[in-house]
Amino acid sequence: MRKCVRVLLAGLAMVMSVTAPSLAQTLRWSSAGDVISYDPNAQVDSFTQSVQNMVFDGLVRRNKEMAIEPALATSWEIVSPTRWRFKLRQGVKFHEGQPFNADDVVATIQRQIDPGARNRENLSAVTGVEKVDDYTVDLILRGPYPLLLNDLVAIYMMSKPWMEEHNALKPGNASTGVVTYASNHANGTGAFKLVSYEPDSRSVFAVNKEWWDKPQHNLTGVEFRPIASNATRVAALLSGELDMIAPVPLQDIDRVANTAGLKVVENPSLREIFLGFSFRPELHAAPGKPNPLLNVKVRQALWHAVDLNTIQKRLMRGKSRTSGTLVAPQVTGYDQSIDVALDYDVAKAKSMLAEAGYPDGFKVGLACSNDRYIADEQICLAIASMWAKIGVEADVHVESKTTYFPRMDKGDLDIYMLGWASLPPMDGYSVLQALLATNDGNYGGSNPNGLSNAKIDELARSASTELDEAKRVDMLKAAFKITHDEALYLPLHQQPVAWAMSDKVDMPQFPDEYVRPWFAHMN
Amino acid sequence: MIRILSVRLLQAILVMVAVTAIAFIMFRFVGDPVATMVREGASQAEKDALRVALGLDRPLFVQFLEFVGRALHGDLGTSFRYQEPVVSLLLTRLPATLELVVVATLLSLFIGIPTGVLCALKPNGFLSRLIQSLTLVGISMPTFVTGLLLILIFAVSLRWLPSSGRGELVDLGFWKTGFLTASGLKSLILPSITLALFQLTLIMRLVRSEMIDVLSSDYVRFAFARGLPRRYIYGRLALRNALMPVVTVTGLQIGQLIAFAIVTETVFQWPGMGLLFTNAVGYPDIPVLAAYLLFVGFLFVVINMVVDMLYALIDPRLRTK
Repeated sequence: MRKCVRVLLAGLAMVMSVTAPSLAQTLRWSSAGDVISYDPNAQVDSFTQSVQNMVFDGLVRRNKEMAIEPALATSWEIVSPTRWRFKLRQGVKFHEGQPFNADDVVATIQRQIDPGARNRENLSAVTGVEKVDDYTVDLILRGPYPLLLNDLVAIYMMSKPWMEEHNALKPGNASTGVVTYASNHANGTGAFKLVSYEPDSRSVFAVNKEWWDKPQHNLTGVEFRPIASNATRVAALLSGELDMIAPVPLQDIDRVANTAGLKVVENPSLREIFLGFSFRPELHAAPGKPNPLLNVKVRQALWHAVDLNTIQKRLMRGKSRTSGTLVAPQVTGYDQSIDVALDYDVAKAKSMLAEAGYPDGFKVGLACSNDRYIADEQICLAIASMWAKIGVEADVHVESKTTYFPRMDKGDLDIYMLGWASLPPMDGYSVLQALLATNDGNYGGSNPNGLSNAKIDELARSASTELDEAKRVDMLKAAFKITHDEALYLPLHQQPVAWAMSDKVDMPQFPDEYVRPWFAHMN
Repeated sequence: MIRILSVRLLQAILVMVAVTAIAFIMFRFVGDPVATMVREGASQAEKDALRVALGLDRPLFVQFLEFVGRALHGDLGTSFRYQEPVVSLLLTRLPATLELVVVATLLSLFIGIPTGVLCALKPNGFLSRLIQSLTLVGISMPTFVTGLLLILIFAVSLRWLPSSGRGELVDLGFWKTGFLTASGLKSLILPSITLALFQLTLIMRLVRSEMIDVLSSDYVRFAFARGLPRRYIYGRLALRNALMPVVTVTGLQIGQLIAFAIVTETVFQWPGMGLLFTNAVGYPDIPVLAAYLLFVGFLFVVINMVVDMLYALIDPRLRTK
């Protein structure tokens, strides 16, 4: 037996030899979730899209300032309100060597607007595509549509011969059981080539030496490893197995920042967190009584009663940005003049409630997720205790996002927490269309609780077709002004995005939380 | 014998039907995958169309019958998240979990049996008391705490071992193994210890009490009286008899290990079936959840049946009933 033990120990010692140093300039990074699929049409997950962006290019892309610039298209013109003409870049090659031309764009767009594409709606304005010549393509639109370029940022060009070769011209789809070669292989024109993909383990990327653009990085490769457990992800960074983690859990920021050789980079993200109200005749928490939230004074009183400063300092550890509107400053349609929260004033809130006919307050449901937004559960509990001071008894209900959002969608909640990043278009119209417009057909998909304002509906519809950018922005601003004045939503703050990385890594951070290693430098 | 077999088979089928039904009812409360599957800003029409496409608009009863019908043909549906057939998903994740379970089992046997014997031979010695109290800690500490503690010591502080993942794998065509590379072996150590800890404690305590029982039996005392060598008495006579229940328990525990590798796999980002399951819960990927529960249920039913049959073979009294 003793011999056995000795052999075992010797074996262990052999295996435990010190971890080999990593290859120079390979960026090893981790996030909580994995890429769902490398098929650009098989999902709508924004994280997946961000990683795919390393391999694929769109016709247009976002630059370091988040502005839209040419990528695989060099220029474009609006031939008629329903026909946009794109000139394509010449001399571009896919990773496997196929030259890029108009046929690829036609095949890609057709795959994108195929009824079987999961993310078909990401290009909902486009009904068809026509090849003009080898390097010119026309997109046919349903009607005038101002956000086509914003949409095209997230439409990745695939190779037609490659798709034909692997029988992947049609997109993969869970509902019909279509699985394609494109799910776990990728052939794009982007800065990095996908070398291997093991779901839930790693994706390995090599530098595309024949990239059409001048590289702004000095990497030799990228390795992405998803690690779901927060503690393990942080441990992997501390142990030197990773160069970067995105995001770093809020509670670990101080510890990581105080570790030699590591740094934390933080910025406000695009995601705004706010509370939505029920505009139904009665509340779930108080059946049989008229809904007090229908009264603008009540909504404003609730806003006055929330101590946003304390939430910012205590719960968000000073990392969030308190706001008064539903979009971040980088988003088109943002209006600084209304980005002012109602001041924290308990006495005023009380008197407003009394004016509205609720001197003793009322009972209302308050619902939050506990695994979707930063400190979501704690914020809900804090708000409930703040409202208790003005006599509003909030019946707090906290649950996992998997059950929370379906309930919200069904309109089962009175007051509910919601976050919005207006991605991928990065345009205020996204808020108008999904949150502010009356739930009807293509509008109000995330406005399940009967909010309906005729003026906003009109603005949403005219903004959806207005091609004059200045006029369109004015429409967005007008709608946000009404939202603010009527307290249709109660804005809380802009969430922070926090990454932790080795000091050897130098990489810009973006408010859309995309990791863009093609801007990374390592020394 | 045949009667027993057919009765057991019938029972097994009933259990499987019950597991499937319970799983399906549970998913009513897991939530609606549509909310996580559509893009931010999706319209109501878009959401409704997706719900219809996934077949979620139909009554639960119909969905259940369809699922059972397809399952009987070996088709467990397509994952909402990965858009791949669930059966092939589970099969690609099986090697990771099995390798972890095998190593954990070997660890618990190779460490549990000797220490158990040691504790039985010198029940009041310092070493056996120390081991006893250490295992008490092992058995009462939650798996994720053990895992994180090991990561903290061996990955973060000492930097000897990787904190997560399976390392480099060798693809044998039908099986991706980590056994053939240094980084693969290194990656196995921490998660397998974490997973083995509970079973190790169980086996150690079982061996100890069985051994103490056997040592006080007449034939062992008689063997001492005959002056047989101690090694022979302990190793051949006592341990052999003490190991009988250990075999049974180990067999049953393998099912437990596969089912409860979930926590260990999540802590160590071990890409096995357990991690697949936790990710599916968060999505929620109903076909994967259903298939996994079905698989685990099936595993337990089969193991229990085999154990029962073995008992019947060994003990003739059970056959005559």
